[in-house]
Amino acid sequence: MGLRWLALLFVGLILAVPTAAHAEDEPCRASAEQGCLTGTLDTGEEKLEGVDVLITPVDDKGAPKVGAEPTTVTTDETGRWSFPFTEAGRYQVEIVEDSLPDGVEALPSENKLLKGPGNSVVVNGQLGGLASGQPVILGIRSEDYQADSSDWDYFLQSSVNGLRLGLLLALASIGLSLIYGTTGLSNFAHAELLTMGGFTGYILVQNVGLPLWPAVALVTVICGAFGWVQDRGLWQPLRRRGLGIIQLMIVTIGMSLALQYVFQLIDTETIRVVTGIPESVDIGPVGITYQSIIAMVIATVLLIAVGFVLLRTRIGQATRAVADNPALAAASGIDVDRVIRLVWTVAAAFAGLAGVLYALVVNGVKWDSGLQILLLLFAAVTLGGLGTAFGALLGSLIIGYVVEVSPVFGMPSDFKYATALVILILLLLVRPQGLLGRPERIG
Amino acid sequence: MVFNRKKTETDTPAAVAEDEVAAQGVTADISETAAAVTAAAGGEAGGPLLSSRTREMFGYVAWGLGALIVLIMLLAFVGVDLGWPTRVGDNMLDQALDPQTAAVAVAVIGLNIHFGYTGLLNMGQAGFMLLGAYGFAISIVEGVPLLFAVVIGLLASALFAVVLGVPTLKLRGDYLAIVTISAAEIVRYVGRATTFNEHTGGPQGIEGQDFRGPVTDLSFFGTGNFDIGSLDYILTGANSWWMRAVAWAVVLLSVGVVYLLVRSPWGRLLRGVREDEDAIRSLGKNVFAIKMQALVLGGLFGAVAGMLFVLPSSVVPDSMGRTLTFYCWTALLLGGAATVFGPVLGSILFFVVRILVTGIADNTVPDSVLNTQQAGQFGWIVIGVSLMLLVIFRPQGVLGDKRELRFNA
Amino acid sequence: MPESTTNLDLSQKSARVELMSGVAEEPGSAKPDPMLTVDNITRHFGGITAVDVTHLEVQRGIITALIGPNGAGKTTFFNLITGFDKPSPGASWTFDGQGISKTSASRVARAGMVRTFQLTKALNRMTVLDNMMLGAPGQRGERLLSSWLQPLWSRQEKDIEDKALSLLERFKLLEKKDDFAGSLSGGQRKLLEMARALMTDPKMIMLDEPMAGVNPALTQSLLGHVESLRDEGMTVLFVEHDMHVVRHISDWVVVMAEGKVVAEGTAKNVMAQQAVVDAYLGAHHDTDLGDDALLEDENFAAIEAEAQQESEGRS
Repeated sequence: MGLRWLALLFVGLILAVPTAAHAEDEPCRASAEQGCLTGTLDTGEEKLEGVDVLITPVDDKGAPKVGAEPTTVTTDETGRWSFPFTEAGRYQVEIVEDSLPDGVEALPSENKLLKGPGNSVVVNGQLGGLASGQPVILGIRSEDYQADSSDWDYFLQSSVNGLRLGLLLALASIGLSLIYGTTGLSNFAHAELLTMGGFTGYILVQNVGLPLWPAVALVTVICGAFGWVQDRGLWQPLRRRGLGIIQLMIVTIGMSLALQYVFQLIDTETIRVVTGIPESVDIGPVGITYQSIIAMVIATVLLIAVGFVLLRTRIGQATRAVADNPALAAASGIDVDRVIRLVWTVAAAFAGLAGVLYALVVNGVKWDSGLQILLLLFAAVTLGGLGTAFGALLGSLIIGYVVEVSPVFGMPSDFKYATALVILILLLLVRPQGLLGRPERIG
Repeated sequence: MVFNRKKTETDTPAAVAEDEVAAQGVTADISETAAAVTAAAGGEAGGPLLSSRTREMFGYVAWGLGALIVLIMLLAFVGVDLGWPTRVGDNMLDQALDPQTAAVAVAVIGLNIHFGYTGLLNMGQAGFMLLGAYGFAISIVEGVPLLFAVVIGLLASALFAVVLGVPTLKLRGDYLAIVTISAAEIVRYVGRATTFNEHTGGPQGIEGQDFRGPVTDLSFFGTGNFDIGSLDYILTGANSWWMRAVAWAVVLLSVGVVYLLVRSPWGRLLRGVREDEDAIRSLGKNVFAIKMQALVLGGLFGAVAGMLFVLPSSVVPDSMGRTLTFYCWTALLLGGAATVFGPVLGSILFFVVRILVTGIADNTVPDSVLNTQQAGQFGWIVIGVSLMLLVIFRPQGVLGDKRELRFNA
Repeated sequence: MPESTTNLDLSQKSARVELMSGVAEEPGSAKPDPMLTVDNITRHFGGITAVDVTHLEVQRGIITALIGPNGAGKTTFFNLITGFDKPSPGASWTFDGQGISKTSASRVARAGMVRTFQLTKALNRMTVLDNMMLGAPGQRGERLLSSWLQPLWSRQEKDIEDKALSLLERFKLLEKKDDFAGSLSGGQRKLLEMARALMTDPKMIMLDEPMAGVNPALTQSLLGHVESLRDEGMTVLFVEHDMHVVRHISDWVVVMAEGKVVAEGTAKNVMAQQAVVDAYLGAHHDTDLGDDALLEDENFAAIEAEAQQESEGRS
């Protein structure tokens, strides 16, 4: 990315390994006897490794406690540091400026409740509490953070990123929309298929040792098979049994929860399918990796293929007929169960593919990435019109673009996902059926 | 000429259109919602998935499990030391009485008004909680008196309900689900964003000690420790008897309010809307207003729950995300939707059973297969799968009315 | 006999015949004292025009039947005038002198025009008595603020319960009052729905296929109930397929086909009109109209169940 202006935040949930870990080696885990402070140093473009963080126990007035030693912990290759303690109380946390790489500076805390002297933060360390440990934000930023970029370049770069995100979302949301159209089900576990795609890709490449692109193809097949199995083993029997739509929806929520923790069993961290810096190319002011280009091409080709199948082939027409009116479709001799089985298979395959590509070129995936993506997918399909395949495509492109481009227009990047959801709510006020939906469908 | 009312071979397009309108109603129809969930395990439609004998066996297993839970907790309480089962029992007992369990119970009571009685699919109860918590905590930090801080928290949540309800309550049920889950996430994003760090504390949130004062100041329990059986807490403070008393008193009060409400004609109206909106509309009732009232009221319970939830700890936005909402749903369905005590029982069971499952997995499976952390994750997987099984096989939960199972929607 | 402008006692058949004898038997004819007047109501689904009625008046105090082949737009017409569906712009209709074109379904009901549904909307998981009591208008206990103070509404509640019980007795559902509505038979649900509609004290009741799926014994009693409503001064408009029923109880018949009103008249005369014969033959030319087996309750219930399943699958 050409632009580097963002100060730094944060930390998600940290969950890791058992108690009594060494701070420098492994993240610690809170328990009844132990508390954890933890954080990640990240400039937005790289995770900072080897930065020292100084932690000093202080009393209520902020003065160092008598007899308590300051501790220094160092960030690991993911930029993370963590500090275990057995005594509840206030701790002053501060970045050791000298250990920061050149061109990066520490910032004072913006939170007046937490601000300590200088650039430090004073937090109240508690035992137990959040099992994940207490996150601590330390502000950093690149010193040349406004130096080498113009708004226009930033806009172009964001637009390309937005298109990329939009295409990947479209790949996943078409399946979500078709499942909704053919069965009436809002599948809350759909985004877990993306996470699954990412994790499967990670395992195939990192553990099995397959080359990247064959692995991506295999991920698609595996996820498609999972979709087939899901419909065969779960959804079809439940449909036959006459479970209500709402019941089915809650079943998908249970499934999403269960799958998330299965992923967490595999890995608690953000995973990337391949490590190392991918090769990229600069087109004018826009930098893009070759992997991104390939991913976008794959998505585009498949989306066109889906459109062609839906519009021009018998099975596509059957699918649209089922989505339109299952009873009528069944009456006119279409094997509705077969169509739905196919929809599940293709939907899962595409979602898995989207997931592995997302993990490859966007942010990597974490066990709980699903829900953030799910919200974007819901926003996309609702925006386009629930149950319409082309609406999902259009909605996804819009949502992807808005999410990536809104920071250019001054939206704090913390809120870029929120923008998509606000658009969704506003749209429902004026056009509840979505952009391409028919009004009859909403009743 | 004889005309009959045969209606099968008339699939002219107009007939289809006409039937569609008649069947779907023209406005939102979520009548199936709670009704479908409170019904159906009878499975008349596709034949039962399980034989009645298997079903019976499951019943025994469930009762056995219930007895086991009570027994372990009792033994732990009186201090019989059986090794790890006692430690697990201690944890279960502690969790069962925890103020945060009480908080979740209140949230589930609100969700029960939404879903159990009215059929509204609120997938963002954690958002209502978080707003209540922020409204309350920020007000206190800014020096607002306790009572007004509570009111501000409630108002924030009520406003949230109105904003979400206006665009969605006239649409089909899933729109509310999608919008509430999205909006709850927006609240969390905004809360954890560094932009408002000054007020919300970003991802670190607001420390409990910054807003707990006015509540602990009300305590007449005195200071020091108090123990009964294996339970030993300080009298006043964060993790104290006082907090437990406050939280469970609020639970009792909430149960009382809901008891009064759902037995009134208003409660009857809610159930009517759940069963069939169009029927209620045809009787001259303003369905939108009723749904809005239910959404706001349930949201207010959510806000109170949020305040209770953060009092013993702190306002951390990430601890009140969609997973918390899903826990609420599981607890509701576990206890029994559309029952007065179901939410309370369900919330306690939810947390206690999770500790039991995790404890058993941790202590019986060797660490090489499943270490402590993985046992915790295993516990959550079990929770997710139980939610699925619960909805499929016993949608009425523990306390639901069996009579309601005889027929489908 | 509420607010009829005529001096006739409409519970007498002769009086009704006299009242309608002066009315032209043609689509859109003017009535002596219309309860409901509809102008230019149209509704399109995609490219299909489901309803296109230019003018229709419904006479106060009598039973009017609305018939027509399937797909004629009868139910859509019902939905439109009761506020359950929105017509294309330009439509206007008045009820009892009051314009209700822009009114929501619940307001229409409160104005005194209450409907029932083709697929019965009994509230399955509520008791029969609760179903009934929901019908009562202006309940203080239905207001959120007063609902939790029982003394504020308990007396009104008692009155409502008495009214509900007496209606249930009249409709022979009294011993079922504590059963879940879902456990009733199809015919009993129709009765319940009608009784519940009466709880709202309507001026006009609109019944969408009240006899569909009802066994012959119950059909007789249902007919009796409908007639007694009229005799008490209520205006009745009902959709029906069974011509025996139509002939038996209706004072006036309106025939719809392909969304339009094609004929009006007394039951005896209207069936002879060419437009009606065309309309029915057009839709049923390949059907055996004399297949009485279809009238058997079991068969019909099966058909109805099928239709219901289909529609649920869609909703």
